[in-house]
Order: sequence, then C-alpha cells, then structure tokens
Amino acid sequence: MAKNKSKVNDLVVRFANVNGTGSASANYLFAKAVFRMGIPVSPKNIFPSNIQGLPTWYEVRISEKGYLGRRDGIDVMVSVNPQSFAKDIASVSSGGYFLYDSTKRLHSDLIRDDIHFIGIPLMEICIREYTDPRQRLLFKNIIYVGALSELLKIEFSVLEELIREQFSGKEKLIAPNLNALQLGIQYVKEHFPEQINFRLERRNLVGDAILMDGNTAAGLGAVYAGATVASWYPITPSTSLIEAFEDYCKQFRIDKETGKKNYAIVQAEDELAAIGMAIGANWNGARSFTATSGPGLSLMNEFLGIAYFSEIPVVLVDVQRAGPSTGMPTRTQQSDILNAAYCGHGDTKNILLFPSTPAECFEMVADAFDLSDSLQSPVLVMSDLDLGMNDHMSAPLKWNSDRKYKLGKVMTEKELDALPKYGRYLDVDDDGIPYRTIPGTHPTKGAYVTRGSSHDEYAAYTEDSPTYVRIVNRLLKKFDTAKKMVPKPEIIKSPQETKLGFLYFGTSAYASQEAKDFLAEHNIFVNAIRIKAFPFSKEVEAFIERHETIFVIEQNRDAQMRTLLINELDVNPKKLIKVLNYDGMPITANFIAKEISVDLKAHLYLSKESVSL
Amino acid sequence: MTYLKPKFHHPDLPKNKLGYTRKYYEGSLSTLCAGCGHDSISAAIVEACFELNIEPHKVAKMSGIGCSSKTPAYFLSNSHGFNSVHGRMPSVATGANLANRDLLYLGVSGDGDSASIGMGQFVHVIRRNLNMVYIVMNNGCYGLTKGQDSATADVGSKNKSGNINQFEGIDLCGLAIELGATFVAQSFSGDKAQLVPLLQAAMSHEGFALVNVLSPCVTFNNNTGSTKSYDYVREHLEATASVDFVPYAEEITTQYEEGETKSIQLHDGSWLELHKLAQGWNPEDKISAINALQNARKHHEILTGLIYLDTDNKELHDLMNTTDVPLNKLTQDVLCPGLEVLESINADLR
Ligand SMILES: Cc1ncc(C[n+]2csc(CCOP(=O)(O)OP(=O)(O)O)c2C)c(N)n1
Ligand code: SF4
Ligand SMILES: [Mg+2]
Repeated sequence: MAKNKSKVNDLVVRFANVNGTGSASANYLFAKAVFRMGIPVSPKNIFPSNIQGLPTWYEVRISEKGYLGRRDGIDVMVSVNPQSFAKDIASVSSGGYFLYDSTKRLHSDLIRDDIHFIGIPLMEICIREYTDPRQRLLFKNIIYVGALSELLKIEFSVLEELIREQFSGKEKLIAPNLNALQLGIQYVKEHFPEQINFRLERRNLVGDAILMDGNTAAGLGAVYAGATVASWYPITPSTSLIEAFEDYCKQFRIDKETGKKNYAIVQAEDELAAIGMAIGANWNGARSFTATSGPGLSLMNEFLGIAYFSEIPVVLVDVQRAGPSTGMPTRTQQSDILNAAYCGHGDTKNILLFPSTPAECFEMVADAFDLSDSLQSPVLVMSDLDLGMNDHMSAPLKWNSDRKYKLGKVMTEKELDALPKYGRYLDVDDDGIPYRTIPGTHPTKGAYVTRGSSHDEYAAYTEDSPTYVRIVNRLLKKFDTAKKMVPKPEIIKSPQETKLGFLYFGTSAYASQEAKDFLAEHNIFVNAIRIKAFPFSKEVEAFIERHETIFVIEQNRDAQMRTLLINELDVNPKKLIKVLNYDGMPITANFIAKEISVDLKAHLYLSKESVSL
Repeated sequence: MTYLKPKFHHPDLPKNKLGYTRKYYEGSLSTLCAGCGHDSISAAIVEACFELNIEPHKVAKMSGIGCSSKTPAYFLSNSHGFNSVHGRMPSVATGANLANRDLLYLGVSGDGDSASIGMGQFVHVIRRNLNMVYIVMNNGCYGLTKGQDSATADVGSKNKSGNINQFEGIDLCGLAIELGATFVAQSFSGDKAQLVPLLQAAMSHEGFALVNVLSPCVTFNNNTGSTKSYDYVREHLEATASVDFVPYAEEITTQYEEGETKSIQLHDGSWLELHKLAQGWNPEDKISAINALQNARKHHEILTGLIYLDTDNKELHDLMNTTDVPLNKLTQDVLCPGLEVLESINADLR
C-alpha cells in the first residue's frame, strides 16, 4: 500500500450517488463547509440526463492555491451507489480512500490493495435509527457527510451553523440533522480513529468571495438590467436561469400597492416563439431576453437574422452543452461559438460576450442589455453548463450605484418634433448606429415598417443594389464601432519575456491559469489573454501579433474560437495551436499541460530532458 | 396596383372626431395585383379605424410573410409596423403586447402564414388570449410563392394549374373556437358593409379576436373549380346575420322587430347589433357556433358574420397579473433593486 504524507487542503473528493435521492443538498453542505473554513473550493455536478435512478456524481476540488478548475485524480471517493462501485473504485488514485456503505459486503473482486477502504454501514444505521423510509433515505446522506467531515477534520461548529441557516424557519429539522451528522462522526471515531492522509485546516483564503452558480447570477443580472419580459422554452442547462429570474422578480418586482407584476415571463411553445417574443418586446421598448442552449439556438437562427438586419436589440443567454444535435444534454462544452457568431442566414454577425465566473455572468448580462440597446443588435452571452449549473467560488456581484441604463439612440417625441424628416436607418452620427423610434411615441412622426426585407435609409422596401450594399456596409461599420464598446480582454503577463501565449475564454480560464503556473514551475513562461467578447478588439489583435505561438485553449472538437480568430483577424493559422478538450467534462490543467508539452517538444521550445510534464 | 391615390386633397374631405381625414389612415401605394382581395381588406381596415376614431400611433401593425403580410405598408402609415418572419407574427405580437398593453395590435397574416408554417404560433397565441385583432387574408393558396395549395384549400378545390386538392382544409374559425378564442368572425373581402363593422367590433373587443376573411387571389386561385374564387365565394356565402357596430356613447337608432335582433355589448361600451339572426343559433354559445360551422361545411356554404363571442374573459395581462402601467414605461428606479439589496444577496452567498 502506497503511503502518502498527509496532505492539507489539497484534494479531490467525489461523491457517487443515485439520481433523485436527495444527495445534492448533503453534498453541497460538505462543499459549503469547506468554503466556510476559508479554503478555496470548487464543486461540480456530473449528472445524467435522467430524473431518477441513474448514477450521478458530485466532485469537489479543494485547493489551498486557489485553483478552481477540475483536476485529474480522485483522492477520496464517497460511494453510496452500488451500481457504480466498480467504476468508482477503479477511479480512485493510488493511495486514496474509498468510503462506502458497508451494510452489504463488498465483493472481493472489487478490492484494490493500493487504496484504503472505509466501510460505514449507512443503511444499517438508518434502519436502526429511523422508521420512516423517506427519512432513512435522506439522513443516510447526512450521515456520510458527518463521517467524511470527521475523517477530514472539518469543524463541527461550521456544519452546525450551516444546518441552522438551512433550516431557519423549519427549526424542527435542525436537531435531527445534527443528530444524523453525529451518527457519522461517532462511527468514524469508534472504528477509524487514525488520521487519514488528507485533512482540512482553517485558512483565510476566500476573502469576500461568494459561492454561486452562473445561471442564478445571470438571472439576477437581468433583473438588475431592468429586463421586464422573459420568454423561454425549457432546456437543460438554461432552465434554471429563467427560474432564478422569476424567483428574484417575485422578490423585487411585485408592485407593493397593487400586488401586480412589474415583469412578464412566458413559457413559449418553442424557441422560435421565445426569441420572437423577446424581439417583439424589445422592438416595443421593453428590455427583454431569452435563454437557451444549442438546440434552441439552432431554432432561433432566422429570428436572429431579422433582429440583426432590421436592427432590433435582443439579449440571449446561451448556456452551452455538448452537441451536436441533442448530444450530451448534461455535459459541458463551448461548442456554439461559430453558430452564435454568425447565427442568421446571409451575412450576419452577432455580438458575443464570454463570462468566466458568476460575477461576470451577472455583470455581462447587465452589459449585454446596454450593448444591445446601444448597438441595436442581438447580443449573445455565451455561458456553459459548467458555469451555469455548478457553484463557483466567485468575486462578489458588483453594481455601481451611479450606473444608468444605456438605452441607446431612441428618439423622444420632442426630438421628433424638431426633426424635418426622420429616417430610421440614417447614419447620422457616422458610427453606423441609426436612431430608432418606439411605437406610440409621436402622433405624426417617426412611424415606419420594420422588415427583414431589404430597406433604404427611410425603412422603405427596396431592391436597388447600391442602396442594399450601402445598408449592409453600414452594418459592418456598426460592428466596427462595437469593437470599442465591448469588454476588453484580460491580459496576464508573465514576469519573463516570452513569445508564447495562451488564449482562452469562459470556463477554460480556470484550468488554463493553473496550467500556466504549472508550466512556469518548469521554466516555461507564457503570456495569457482571456477573450471576453466578439468582435475582437484591437487588444486581441495586438496580443496575437506580439507572440510567435499561441495556444488556443477551448472546449470543442473543431477549434471554433481559433477559426473565428483566423477568419476575422486574418491570423496565420500556423501561429494558433489547438488545445481542445471536448469529452463533455470541464477541462483540466493536467490535460492542457500534457497537450502543450507534446507541442512544445515538437516545436523545439522544450528539450526532451528539461521536464517531464 | 389596385388604386391610385390622388395627390390633391379637397379641403372639405370629411373628418372624424379626432380631426383626421380618411386619407390620414391610408398607407403607401399597394404593389399587390390589381383586383387582389387583400387590397379591399386594407381599405376596410382604413375605414374601420377612421370611423372608430383610432389614434394611428396607438396602433401596432404586425404581420408575417406573404402578399397578405405586406399589406401593413398599405394602410395606417402613421402606425409602426413589423413585417416579421414567415409564420411567426403571433410571437412578435405577443412580445410587443407584453411590452406595452396600451396599444391596439392589428395582426395580419395569410392562410399559408397561419395554417401551415405558423400553425404552432397561431394555436398558442389563441390559447393565451392575447389582446389583439388577428386578420387572416385567406385565399386558399400561397400567393407570394406563385399559387401552391395552402392548408385552407378545400378538398376537391382545383387550382390554376389544374391540380385538385386531396387534403382536408383547415377551418380556422372552428379551430379558434376550439382553442378558446374569445371573438371569432368570418367575412369576405368583397363585402365591405359586413367587414367594416366586424373589424370595428374586433378592435373594440378585449382579448383575442380572429377575423378570417376570404380574400381571392386573382392571379393564382380565381379559376373555375376553385372554392376560393370570387364567383364561388359569392355564390356560397351564408350570412349568419347582418352586422351593425354602434360605438360607445352613440345611440342605437334603427328599429328592428323583436326577436330578430341580438345586441352584445363589448368591453369598451360599444354595441354589436346582429339583425335577421339565423334560426336557432346563438353566437354567445360555443356549441351552437361550432354546430353552425359544421352545418355550413356540410352544405358547402361559407358562413360569414360574427361566429362566436365571449365578452366575459381575461386577456393575457390579466391572466398574468402584470401591472397596469405598460412595462416599457417602467424606469430604472422601479426596475433595479439597487446596491444595498445586492450586498445582502452577496452576504447570503458567503
Ligand atoms: C421560412 C420561409 N419559408 C418560405 C418562405 C417563402 N414564402 C414566402 S410567402 C409564402 C407563402 C405565403 O402564403 P400566405 O401566407 O397564404 O400569403 P399570401 O401570399 O397568399 O397572401 C412562402 C412559402 C419564406 N419567406 N420563409
Ligand atoms: S399573387 Fe394573389 S395574393 Fe398575391 S397580390 Fe397577386 S392576387 Fe394577391
Ligand atoms: Mg394565402
């Protein structure tokens, strides 16, 4: 048996449960307790596209260094699902621990001699302690959290505090939950008194961070941005975003006097209708949005085209999942980039934002409304399942109290009065952005027919080629203006001079930053750029120009961001090296380092003997 | 082009209560084929709005794609219009209406636009009882793509290229009643006397109002053997009753004999007067309305007039309990919870 020295605050714990057995809140309790002990933590749900019965996992990375991406290797596996025992045991790292329900004996074929087995008769304890079958099921989860917390030395007072918070208002439930925790703790004290190779120690490393999922943050962002109309069609992993919007609206958007709603949410008949409603509402001067995932985005294609061409604001949050087609609905990917950027037939280009954290989901959704109104064009916020549905340790949500909604160039009645002749698509300010009017503004001025067919500067139908070309070229000019308005990339310079670069976006940031540090430890230095928006601003162009080789790290098979960069910036493709993870699991630093070491050797940046990555 | 519009206006042209002439309710010159039924419907819309004293800028004209869906450019040039995408007008109208409940939403669609590509949205906008007028300019064919059969073409109807339709025609009125539409009327583009009051009533109705108008396509579906030609429609019309619309605050003057007339008051206080009502038939009763439609179908008649009306209904905003203030008028101080709230949300997430 391999003997590891006891590691503090650096481990991966994975829980193996059966879908639909109430394990989620118990597992969350564990993750939150680590967070409350001031230790950076990153939990991820790995769940099936199923409601009840299939295996589901919850993986918690705990990292003193603050790395929040996934990491290869499982140190402690808590398995209460005999269905997946074989797979779960096989996945534990050598020297690791397998904590399981030992009510039934483990088959001897499953025993590995390079890992530790910690059997706790969870079901037996439950049958002894509880008579209600539902309680037996639920408390089983709490008992293993108790056992695990004792093994890892989680402070009981932290767990107690969390239980009290969770059941405030339902105080009756506090004592039984604390009792269940104790059952687990006591069992471990009696049967496994020795310290295991991993333990947790209180730190002060989380600062003012919050633990939140991206969809909740995005839904709240829409509330703060003043969205009043949300139309949607259920699809994993975007559903919880609209649910969060609704929850917050119920708290903050009910008129106190009348009890009526200062918002409207429609569950549409499909995604075509969802985006159609959002466009109709924006056209009529209300901020409106929809949220969807890959299959829905495909259906929204035609509508995005009309919004682009007739210049109607609309915000869409795409919580990406693994495609193509239905793909793996509960797995993550960044694979809608190209479809989103050019969504709409004909020459269409959309504005994209790429959040990496819940704080950015909040901020970028709010920014998306300002940008969309200012540019009169669709803005797509490109989240993904990992960001949207998992809790992330994130900077707190920020809102500047002086912030005013940027509603863009909307003509008032007075302004129309002062105008000799209004033209909906006139480029008055030479920035490619025309002035729009909202229906009902003026009795005799400013009315026009919005259409997806070719139109002139006065919104009249036209098939005149020069006019058509003038209009579509102005749209390009507007796209150029957008480059100056979208969020700038984040650039992280290496202290050493280097010609190597990392380019990444969204949730690839976590593992990329860790991989970057890892390479630096081996004397390989890279500068990094995190893309936050499309169109690419001049900073992106300059970064690519400054470096000889850039590793483009993304989570799709076809290197979609790389294609977009090559297409839009005329970059020499040889400069951009693909680093692609597309198995549906969040990308890891180990994967990036491995991929890159192969490339570096091939490119002779790295002599064979210098490091073994 | 159907009718040329005189550039010169006589100063004594009649004005409505708002001081606007009919001309003020017109649109730009139609580019549809001369004689197209759709142009007559546009004219009826102009007339109805003029007579109802509607503020054009308080109207939003919504349409899909097709010859019919082009017409919003040909009436009410002082209203905003949205010529959207094929079959999806209902969703755009829904969003627009949610944003501002104070405008009058005039939707225009075709039989292809509504009964084929847009069937899903047609069905759902009715279910939701969106407060709008939904006019189908129904010619039994796809005019704009050169005359293919549409889903409202009757079984056995022959189109211009000689094909005989094999498939069951969809009866939009029957379907709408089934789905819970609260105002359902059917008319003929050539019967302005009936169409104008029906449109006025539809505009005064709160809730979803379908006006299905048979509107012959002179270019592709006006041949012998077509059941949507001018001749066929004229021969097979069966009016449920003659229709008078009496606006709010005006007095009912015409006297009819007892028993023959039914008056229904609409939400805005105006009255719909139905005279010479067909025997044994009550437009306020769903079953009776559906029976009448089925009977007409059996006898190859085209029932016109008010088919069904339910004045006691809740439109979408009332069903959803949205505020009385149009959502697009709410400002940041009402909409944004502010920094303090955010700080407490942050605190709860630690
Ligand atoms: C997505 C899409 N498919 C097909 C078309 C082509 N198209 C334009 S109009 C039309 C049919 C219109 O028929 P209808 O709604 O009955 O209008 P009409 O011209 O008869 O008034 C079709 C199929 C289109 N514009 N968009
Ligand atoms: S093709 Fe038919 S529907 Fe279209 S404008 Fe001509 S007559 Fe009207
Ligand atoms: Mg048609």
